[in-house]
Amino acid sequence: MFPAMQDILEIEGLTKTYDGGFTALNGVDLTIRKGEIFALLGPNGAGKTTLIGAVCGLVQPSSGTIRAFGEDMGRHWRTLRRRIGLVPQELATDMFETVLHTVNYSRGLFGLAPDAVRVEKILRALSLWDKREESLSALSGGMKRRVLIAKALAHDPELLFLDEPTAGVDVELRRDMWRHISALREQGTTIILTTHYIEEAEEMADRVGIIQKGRIRMVEETRAMMARLGRTEAVFTLAAPMSAVPEGLAGHSLSLAEDGRALVYRGGDGTGQGKSEVAALTKALIAHGVDYIAIDIRESNLEEIFVNLLENQSDTGEGA
Amino acid sequence: MSLFNARSAWTIYKHELARALRTALQSIIAPLLSTMLYFVVFGAAIGGRMESGLEGVDYGAFIVPGLLMLTLLSESTANGAFGIYMPRFTGAIYELLSAPVGFAETLVGFVGAAATKSLVLAAIILGTARFFVDYTIVHPVLVLGFVLLVSASFSLFGFILGIWAKSFEQVGMVPSLFVMPLTFLGGTFYSIDLLPEPWRSVALANPMVYLVNGLRWCFYGQADFPVIVSLLMALGFLALCIAIIARIFATGWRLRS
Repeated sequence: MFPAMQDILEIEGLTKTYDGGFTALNGVDLTIRKGEIFALLGPNGAGKTTLIGAVCGLVQPSSGTIRAFGEDMGRHWRTLRRRIGLVPQELATDMFETVLHTVNYSRGLFGLAPDAVRVEKILRALSLWDKREESLSALSGGMKRRVLIAKALAHDPELLFLDEPTAGVDVELRRDMWRHISALREQGTTIILTTHYIEEAEEMADRVGIIQKGRIRMVEETRAMMARLGRTEAVFTLAAPMSAVPEGLAGHSLSLAEDGRALVYRGGDGTGQGKSEVAALTKALIAHGVDYIAIDIRESNLEEIFVNLLENQSDTGEGA
Repeated sequence: MSLFNARSAWTIYKHELARALRTALQSIIAPLLSTMLYFVVFGAAIGGRMESGLEGVDYGAFIVPGLLMLTLLSESTANGAFGIYMPRFTGAIYELLSAPVGFAETLVGFVGAAATKSLVLAAIILGTARFFVDYTIVHPVLVLGFVLLVSASFSLFGFILGIWAKSFEQVGMVPSLFVMPLTFLGGTFYSIDLLPEPWRSVALANPMVYLVNGLRWCFYGQADFPVIVSLLMALGFLALCIAIIARIFATGWRLRS
């Protein structure tokens, strides 16, 4: 039965090799916890959508096991699919249907009785109620994406996959979407999302998984990853160029840049520790008679961490 | 959860019928109009000068089962094919594949709707034919059963076609290049016994001959072959289609990547 701590999805050794020989998933092991938002990051063609497809029944795995809610997906697919929702990457639906019809269809397809109150609640939450009688073809791209979310929520899934939920959506709508996703999590829905917007993962995800060439390279708490791999960078624009870092400052992770006109500090751990080191450095620079006219301090974000990780993996071949 | 989710099947069925209503001009009026034209030309206009080959049956009445079969086979195939090809084409099939819906619900929903459309069309054609030719049905219950059997079989065949097809051209190709010509040559407008050899023997290789004659027997109690031959042919085709679709669902061919 369901384990006490609530691993809602357990994937072991999942491999998908297509007929042409391309391996999209290569022994993926991944566990998703109940109630979390998990962001799956990876470059194009990394295997994100294939992984989601394998869980949701769109892709036939070549090998491996998928367990959802403590039960084997292959054996209990009827009962388990009822508890899983999917918002696909593509705007794939019959464009001549009305919003209300297509959401009611989704609910019925998953075997549930019509529930006008529930459907109205979903449509209102996604600001679609006023558009309920409109044909999908008349809606903007952002609204169509909301309809796909409404369709996926129509059967009240406990585990929801969002494949690039904010692709092609403007900034305002994207933030609105984030609020909806957070609200779903508040209601107890476990969410797995793929995204190209690293900011999105940084903003919402409890944990982040990085997939590359069909392999999971890393899974970690978002904050822990930021803390472990994050860095503070401080650029001191010098009043006068120098040819070398003064010996007395050697312990401060400093380097020269811009032909000796800037002194660059890189350090910290992503928790803000770097900022206190920069504060100490400002005093040390003055103490060593190093004059500067400007300081630019910034923290590395998840995107930089992500890019660095991928580059490091590429440099070292297959990686972890 | 049971092995058959009736609500899911009913939802697919209703959804498909709603889609047909949205395209009523294409689904009902177009085939009805073309069939009526056949009745006008071959029934009312020149039918009076032709022999049917069946005792006591006018030529106008003789072609009613054949024309009904011609429409049924073409429309059932096309309806079954487009029903599943459209969600494949738009990508909306993701929802079907990710839902707790299996082989049985999908077939009942899609093929049931396709067959229903064919039955409605058949009823309209038979009613309208009365305006052009005079006919009497000897075995009305058998007509209903045979029409149901043929509609279901060719809706299943269309379903296979819709899964096999990779383009709209392929979906439209089989009904127009194979089903309709074979039915046309399958005794729709003439008795096979009127053909000289070797054409009669060649015609016997056409499976549509048996279906047209089966329905004709149900109408008038006489045909080129015993009705049991036609019935067995239709049942065999039905079983073959179901077996193929069961295999498609088991392997995920052209459905799951």
